[in-house]
Amino acid sequence: MTATLDPQLKTTRRASDDRPAAARPARPAATKPALLIEHVTKRFTVGRKRKPVAAITDVSLRLERGEIHGVLGANGSGKSTLIRLVSGLLTLDEGRVEVFGHDIERDEMAVKRLINRVSVDAAFFKKLSPMENLVFAARLYGLDARAAKPQAIAILERLGIAQKRVGRPVEQMSRGMQQKVAIARALLTSPSLLLLDEPTTGLDPRSKLDVQSFIEEVRNSHDATIVLTTHDLAEAERLCSRISILNDGRVVAEDTPEGLKQLVATRYGEAPTLESAFMTWTGRSLDDDVEEDQSGGDE
Amino acid sequence: MTTVAHELKASYAFIERNFFLTRRYWGWELAFLVYSVAGALSISLIGADQGSPRLLLTLMVGAIFWNYLSVVFGWIAETIEIERWEGTLEYTMMAPIRRSTHLLGSVLYAMAFGLVHTAAILVVLFLFFPNMDLSQANFATVGLFMLLGSFSIVGLGILAAILPLLYVERGAQMAWVLQSLILLVSGVYYSVDVLPGWMRAISALSPATYVLDGVRRGLIDGAPVTTLLGEVWPLVVMGIVLIPAGLWAFGQAERYAKRTGKLKRVG
Repeated sequence: MTATLDPQLKTTRRASDDRPAAARPARPAATKPALLIEHVTKRFTVGRKRKPVAAITDVSLRLERGEIHGVLGANGSGKSTLIRLVSGLLTLDEGRVEVFGHDIERDEMAVKRLINRVSVDAAFFKKLSPMENLVFAARLYGLDARAAKPQAIAILERLGIAQKRVGRPVEQMSRGMQQKVAIARALLTSPSLLLLDEPTTGLDPRSKLDVQSFIEEVRNSHDATIVLTTHDLAEAERLCSRISILNDGRVVAEDTPEGLKQLVATRYGEAPTLESAFMTWTGRSLDDDVEEDQSGGDE
Repeated sequence: MTTVAHELKASYAFIERNFFLTRRYWGWELAFLVYSVAGALSISLIGADQGSPRLLLTLMVGAIFWNYLSVVFGWIAETIEIERWEGTLEYTMMAPIRRSTHLLGSVLYAMAFGLVHTAAILVVLFLFFPNMDLSQANFATVGLFMLLGSFSIVGLGILAAILPLLYVERGAQMAWVLQSLILLVSGVYYSVDVLPGWMRAISALSPATYVLDGVRRGLIDGAPVTTLLGEVWPLVVMGIVLIPAGLWAFGQAERYAKRTGKLKRVG
């Protein structure tokens, strides 16, 4: 695994950014946090009694530029809801969110140009090829299709997808390969803030390692800030500079991975591991989480 | 200007994507075309069976132009449903484009696809009924009514596209029901005069009623547009009202879906 991106990738990234000023992401201000979430609450009305249920309650986070911030939590803890709120796919009930100083409600279009997202399920037009899907995404983000194609090929090759595969329907690819294409789609638009919602869930160990290495490369060479939700504690420890633990829609702990381990050891007398931290602050074992996964829990 | 160029490019993305989808699902498109041709022929043969050239033309116009309107309506109404089915809806909604840009792309492809689809049926019908007399036809009238009718149908299609946003499970079925009701009240294969009074009142609200009436009178009777102003102005008004109303309602529905989390659901 190389430590840096293919030089062609860096070059094509600049070359393809020929979008008109209106479509090009504004250069993020250096002094603004990459992501600022202040006292955000989101409720959903569910059931016949129309009772509101809080999915996210009074969550505040601040991410500096270039950071990879992990969000851990059991199923139903609100991780995906938080990602959707930052993505503008859900409206806020309370609080505010800013991306590089742009309010997501007042300056929606500017925020959309700065972010992209990879979700746990690689969502594509399955009958179309990776290239057709990627060119569609590139056009939506104002990129020139001719410039985007070599860039897409370079990213896909870096992720282990050969050029000869990019013309075949996505449905013929394995789940791991589809997820890599999803990551390539997000990277193609050069997001300043990348939201990764369990990007390695369900991948085999080799694919997981490929994706994790690529996330590190993106952080190092693309000047991207990344929010990563995951159930994989080793992944969080490897990639994240800071971690927040969500429980029932609330942030119950936030620190560096090392800080969380020290805290759980000194405050609760538990083993200094992320697993101990997770179980202590979520009040449940990992086995509980797996059982809920298998029963089809959704958040 | 650059913003306009960006939005037009993004619109083209939807046209290109829908073309790719049509190409990949060519088997289904071919099957649908065969079904449409068989349906149009079957209905037209009722006129031939009655030995009435006028009835034959009346039914043919109904079959052909209803096909065009329903294809356009269907493609636009399925704008959201296709993406929900594929699971891409959230990604499209996250893209930095205006919703009008999104819908414009869908509309342009729907109209182009509808024209090609209808032309194929037209060719088959002409081959099947080579002695059809169109010597009196006023094609300018036909073209104008097709154009005006397209705008109104686009507005209705945008309104129907909202249904899958609001009703995750049954939205597509509701759009299908709406299309069926337009077929029923618009005099596609019969005069609206045979409808009960309350249905005639509803038929006056359907753009398809005016399109089919105008096309028939242009094609069969050779009527110039100037004699059909009573059919033209409702279509102009409907086009002016329905498209902005559809875009506004779509925006409201999108906000509702974002408030209630209905963009998330797949399948």
